[in-house]
Amino acid sequence: MTDTNSLTMDKPVEHSLLDNGAQHVIGKGLDRIDGPKKVTGTATYGAEFHPDNCAQGFLVRAPFACGKLTGIHSDAAKAMPGVIDVIVDTDRFARNPAQGGETEAPKQGVSKVAYFGEPLALVVAETFEQARDAAQAVTFDFVPEPGRYDFDKYRDQTDIPADGAAPAQHSQGDLEQAMRDAEVVIDEVWTTPSQNSAAMEPHVTVAHWDGDTLTVHGSYQMVAYQQQSLADALGLKREQVHMISPYVGGGFGSKLGISSECIAAAIAAKQTGRPVKVVMTRQNVFDATVRRSNTHQRIRLAADREGRLSGIGHDTITSNLDGEDFFEPAGLATHFLYGGENREVNHAIVRLNRVLSGSMRAPGEAAGMLALECAMDELAEKLGIDPIELRKRNDPDKDPEKGVPYSSRKLTQCLDEGATKFGWDKRNPKPAAVREGEWLIGIGMAAAARPNMVMPGQARVSLTPEGRAVVQTDMTDIGTGTYTILAQIAGELLGLPIDRVDVELGDSDNPPGPGSGGSWGAGSSGSTVYLACETLREKIAKAMGCDVGDLTLKDGQAIAANRSVELGSLVGDGLSAIGKIEPGETGENTNQAGYGAHFAEVAVNVTTGEVRLRRMLGVFAAGRILNEKTARSQCLGGMTFGIGAALTEELVHDGNNGKLVNRDLAEYHLPVNADVPQLEVMFLEERDPYANPLQAKGIGELGISGAGAAVANAIYNATGKRVRDYPLTLDKLLDALPAL
Amino acid sequence: MKTFDYARADSPEAATREGGEKVRFIAGGTNLLDLMKLQVETPEKLIDITRLDLNEVEDTDEGGLRIGALVPNADLAAHPRVVKDYEVLSRALLAGASGQLRNKASTGGNLLQRTRCYYFYDTAVACNKREPGSGCPARDGFNRIHAVLGTSDKCIATHPGDMPVAMRALDAVIVTLKPDGDKRRISIHDFYRLPGDTPEIETVLESGELITHVELPAPPKGKQTYRKVRDRASYAFALVSVAAIVAVEDGKITNAQLGFGGLGPMPWRDATAEEMLVGKAPGKAAFEAAADALLADAQGFGSNDFKIPLARRTLIAVLRELTGVTA
Repeated sequence: MTDTNSLTMDKPVEHSLLDNGAQHVIGKGLDRIDGPKKVTGTATYGAEFHPDNCAQGFLVRAPFACGKLTGIHSDAAKAMPGVIDVIVDTDRFARNPAQGGETEAPKQGVSKVAYFGEPLALVVAETFEQARDAAQAVTFDFVPEPGRYDFDKYRDQTDIPADGAAPAQHSQGDLEQAMRDAEVVIDEVWTTPSQNSAAMEPHVTVAHWDGDTLTVHGSYQMVAYQQQSLADALGLKREQVHMISPYVGGGFGSKLGISSECIAAAIAAKQTGRPVKVVMTRQNVFDATVRRSNTHQRIRLAADREGRLSGIGHDTITSNLDGEDFFEPAGLATHFLYGGENREVNHAIVRLNRVLSGSMRAPGEAAGMLALECAMDELAEKLGIDPIELRKRNDPDKDPEKGVPYSSRKLTQCLDEGATKFGWDKRNPKPAAVREGEWLIGIGMAAAARPNMVMPGQARVSLTPEGRAVVQTDMTDIGTGTYTILAQIAGELLGLPIDRVDVELGDSDNPPGPGSGGSWGAGSSGSTVYLACETLREKIAKAMGCDVGDLTLKDGQAIAANRSVELGSLVGDGLSAIGKIEPGETGENTNQAGYGAHFAEVAVNVTTGEVRLRRMLGVFAAGRILNEKTARSQCLGGMTFGIGAALTEELVHDGNNGKLVNRDLAEYHLPVNADVPQLEVMFLEERDPYANPLQAKGIGELGISGAGAAVANAIYNATGKRVRDYPLTLDKLLDALPAL
Repeated sequence: MKTFDYARADSPEAATREGGEKVRFIAGGTNLLDLMKLQVETPEKLIDITRLDLNEVEDTDEGGLRIGALVPNADLAAHPRVVKDYEVLSRALLAGASGQLRNKASTGGNLLQRTRCYYFYDTAVACNKREPGSGCPARDGFNRIHAVLGTSDKCIATHPGDMPVAMRALDAVIVTLKPDGDKRRISIHDFYRLPGDTPEIETVLESGELITHVELPAPPKGKQTYRKVRDRASYAFALVSVAAIVAVEDGKITNAQLGFGGLGPMPWRDATAEEMLVGKAPGKAAFEAAADALLADAQGFGSNDFKIPLARRTLIAVLRELTGVTA
């Protein structure tokens, strides 16, 4: 029998076993243990599973925006070379992907087309090329229906969504009155565009059936949830679906829920009696997966002459399809980042016929802090107070809404350390005052904040007679470094060099993990490994005949009372334990979040308005850093997302039909290497016992939070123009440039 | 991608003989293959010309350069004579695409790049260039990258190239071979066609006609540069680009050759704008007159309106840079 060590986070874990380890691998910037496989092409990604006799599927998209589908003509396609079948299942095909964390099926049924590009059928052929060719030959009869495509046109027709990760509405005190009474106010609107996370690996599913059991290989972030969601979509029991996702080439939220290709592949495999692989093209990913919603954000700040906030308002309008509850929670950080007794943080949704909006890296902060942190910059300028000082003056000692303490918060330290390292004192606070040749130079900063969460999950850790440890969970590694940090945690607690730890991820046959999303993966999944190892340590102590407190585990040896024994010799045929973590009261009675500060220096061309980021620094405090190297990479990636949000990324919807206009990587402008200068990342030492037994907080999304605002504030400092409409492309700066 | 036949040509003559309306020559394929995957291009046959002996860059008797149609962009940009005598071309090449693409893309193919109009790229929507007579959703759609000069009711797409803009400023000549064995020397000024009512016809090339070389005249008088303005620092098409060659002697501009990218359906050149400069003292008045002439007929379509002031600013900045006159 395998013992289970369960922990509900009702109390802080003041003494983490990680601080007593003798192996000294935790925290170290070790290379990824899966790195060699990835760079040699031997890490098997979803599309690289090739079951025998596998057919290739290609999704056929709606070539119109809105309407009732009355006929699908597939005879011509079926007659084309290599075509096996054209799968039409208007009841069961997904209208759109499932949202993150969903265990139920996504919205199914495609007979009423909701957006241009909705997948309506699947061509199955011997080769991908044949399937893609035949997909162009499928035609549709439909009765057009009026659609809603233009956000601004419908902006006053909103509905209030159900509460999500954060409440949709929060009101306290009287903000209107505070605005009237304030000595200085800010009341401005910022807009951010739709975005696509554009993960390098597109969405993919390879489905095959063995009787009534379905196996899917693919690219999924939350296996335990997506397994259930797929089962629900197909009317299967969870146990009938085996989901495998060992490597994920980036997810950023877009693979939190199953997408159209997953259900379509499963249906097609059943219908054709062959394994079916569906790999999305880049255009499919843009058209039919998930976008970050565009936002319209009104920020209100009420302050006295000293800069103390008496009120803060953040009213966000986002967009989504009918029937989808998800809203981009742009006010998420606004709830707790700054003080002020009078508060309004509200969200509303405009229903539009556009591809689904859902989670993309740091849903909420990524868009919301682009507004909030620029509003703070505007307030600082209006007051004549340094923007860092303004933030410090409004750094509250407890959550200004819930009244609970912060579990750990080093915002001020991040601001101060960053200011010193970046040379903030050299910034000229007067905008448009620094010029080098053809370039206007500006420096800006912004705070970073992102809530920390723990999600339920489990992992099994086994010790073998050979003295190796095996970690098993359906947790995923979406490029974040999960394999490596789990090996480090097990290695630290069991006294093993990490090359003696095997980590098996992404298989639904393993204990259900928390999945990768919301920056909870490392803390939650790591805790499950920690808890399993805690039990194993007790068992080893028992075998050694010592108190666990007297046990030292190092380099594969158990050491106690002047005895050193090979670990493998103490485990009999092998020992296993399951660790299980649950969120608990510490999530309610403390406010948990990671914090940081971003600093950016830009050059704006005086002729053309082209912006070149010259340098950028992010300083972060996120509890214990489990691996300095992968943590740093997470922050670099987040900051790069922030650069894209500030300068280049905009998913354009045609105003006439909602169709995505720029649906490839040539015209959806992710920042390229030349747009990203040397970025610096610095971590502050911190522990958060309220977060989890690792005392670590999430880091995957902290790096993006506020990053773009630092760039935007630097552009203001360079040019003297506030552009509140992201991205800050050169056309928006032209009228602020000196006359030639 | 539609199924197609493939044949490798052994000689330019053989290639042209196999040419035809539904046939495409393929060299680097950096643009054509993408378009075929999307079925924007649906040739029935590809003639692979990569083994043809068109890889040389040679000096001409007139002191110019003769560039084989298959010379890769990367090689041409680095060629010593191009670097030394045709800096505008080297800079334009290096401003285009990415290192990998420049290694693959050929000189002839680059001249024939198709537009990057978003609607042209999507077979689910109308496009007069892709499907004559079907309509143009770009005019009242999103047209940030579209043309402000030389457009027609039927099409407002731009030519996306950088290299051809420099070649237009350099008065290049395009040498071709026709299926009947005739060789043509076509001035680049006559090579491209405005969209008018037939935006699907982009050049004067005839069926089966193969570009074999591009010839540059002897190096022009004056300083040269290429300035490209785009939405990110690399790997983006020009919003506006200016290829410029300007000579100043005795306080007067004695030569001005200006090419423009991102503004028109073809690499743009405007003789009137150049006339505003030649014979004049370099300075604000002349520069503004040139910009005024260039943009006199410019028309924006909403999201590309900014290109007009951007082109004006960029041109003036380039003229200042090359003449050293900033007042």
